[in-house]
Amino acid sequence: MDFGPFFLLAAMEGAVGAAVLAVTALGLSLVFGVMRVVNVAHGEFYMLGAVIAWWVTSLLGVHPALGFLAALIVSPLIVGAIAGAAERLVLTRIHYDPEATIVATIGMLYIIQQAVLMTYGPDARPVQPPFDFRIQLPWFGYSGYKLFVILAAALLMLAVWWGLTRTRVGLMMRATQFDRETARAFAIPVDTVYGGVFAVGAMLAALGAVLVTPIQQAHYLMGHDPLLLSFIVVIIGGLGSLRGTVLAAVIIGMSDGIISVFFSPTLAKIIATLAVAFVLVWRPQGLFGERPA
Amino acid sequence: MLMVESLDCGYGATQVLRDFSLAVDRGEILCLLGRNGAGKTTALKAIMGLVKPSAGRVLVDGTDVAQLPAEAAPLHGLGYVPQGRRLFAELSVAENLEIGLMAGDKAGRGGPAAARRDDALALFPVLRERLNQRAGTLSGGEQQMLAIARALCLEPSVLLLDEPTEGLMPAMIARIREVVEELRRREVAILLVEQRVDAVLQIANRVLFVENGRSRETVEAERLRAEPALLDRYVGVGH
Repeated sequence: MDFGPFFLLAAMEGAVGAAVLAVTALGLSLVFGVMRVVNVAHGEFYMLGAVIAWWVTSLLGVHPALGFLAALIVSPLIVGAIAGAAERLVLTRIHYDPEATIVATIGMLYIIQQAVLMTYGPDARPVQPPFDFRIQLPWFGYSGYKLFVILAAALLMLAVWWGLTRTRVGLMMRATQFDRETARAFAIPVDTVYGGVFAVGAMLAALGAVLVTPIQQAHYLMGHDPLLLSFIVVIIGGLGSLRGTVLAAVIIGMSDGIISVFFSPTLAKIIATLAVAFVLVWRPQGLFGERPA
Repeated sequence: MLMVESLDCGYGATQVLRDFSLAVDRGEILCLLGRNGAGKTTALKAIMGLVKPSAGRVLVDGTDVAQLPAEAAPLHGLGYVPQGRRLFAELSVAENLEIGLMAGDKAGRGGPAAARRDDALALFPVLRERLNQRAGTLSGGEQQMLAIARALCLEPSVLLLDEPTEGLMPAMIARIREVVEELRRREVAILLVEQRVDAVLQIANRVLFVENGRSRETVEAERLRAEPALLDRYVGVGH
């Protein structure tokens, strides 16, 4: 294959990765932005989303499209419920103390991971894609499902943006983010907002994972890379900035995909991590982050 | 309307308010006067439930809100204009107002949201031209107007204002004073923390002196105007 088509293929792979990464990182960004909680367990919510997607589709045993649709609804709901419960049981008890939340979410990481290992096992299991449509380009055929992933991720991002900027719930979240005390003085139930934001953040990770399971298999250790890349994206984009998160996800996801195809996935991670170092040196608040007052 | 009875509260081990009491009626302005650190701001925060009292009651129309979570205070008709304005600086003017309107909707207070919003904007017409601007980019005076308008959006029966004229130009101070007087005419109970004694004497019905976290005497403003010597005792010379 010539360089041009080869590059196009690499870019398309990168775009799929970027799309999933954007959704996953947005969850992490939202939780940090509103609650100032560094959620180290975010990757495990992602993994849990994928495992539950496998579980739902194999348990139902219906047509792949129906099974996938069911997973797309059920998996985020279960993950959201687990995350919400964890927030109530753990994070409220330690009063969101920054150091304590890091340690607590590391604890959650291992509990979730080991619980999945004990029940689901160490195997990687695939989910059937909802449809087998291939788009035939002049040089190669490409999975229609992967293009669907990009579209679905874009729609999800639009939905989150709309929810944050155009609804009252979103306004409550943003008010809580900017001034917790004044928000309470205006009848905003900050505790409920926190619980909800943590659950929604985990649900976004789960959604990203459900989208990915027909491409990658569900495995109990699959949460590591998304966690690392999400942190990279959130730091480069600027903590709590929706625009920055999306832009950084596109940059990192695309470069990760392209470099992985041409060179190696390890080199891609090295370059991404290096990019974080440079951003931290020259623009610590991220591309779109607000400079702390 | 608002009655505070022997409130004790503080931050952690530091007690700030001791046996603090006050009462404000509808259509009345009660000013808190006292030196820096006397506990005036803490008193307002305690009334709003933002600092949890260890003893005492905060009665709004007979309901004790001291034991309720902080987000319940606005639902009982308490509007708060905090010190330093505390706007949601990243949000637009319209969104800041919307937060006040939301609180009013939850409380089921006053008329429909649109009417409450028009009402608040009628008092500060300049905000109408700034609705899509980020609150943080407004001038100091406009920010203060927005902070008051935001509180008015929940149509409060009690309004707490913490140094609303701090650092403002004379014209702006006059405008804010007019609005506060207008609210008194509308039978709102107003609790005002204000440093400038001349401003207090012009606007207050009664003045409560605060000293070392305790509420001392409450004096009719008229009497203070006649006997300024009383002032020296609580706020010191030079005023």
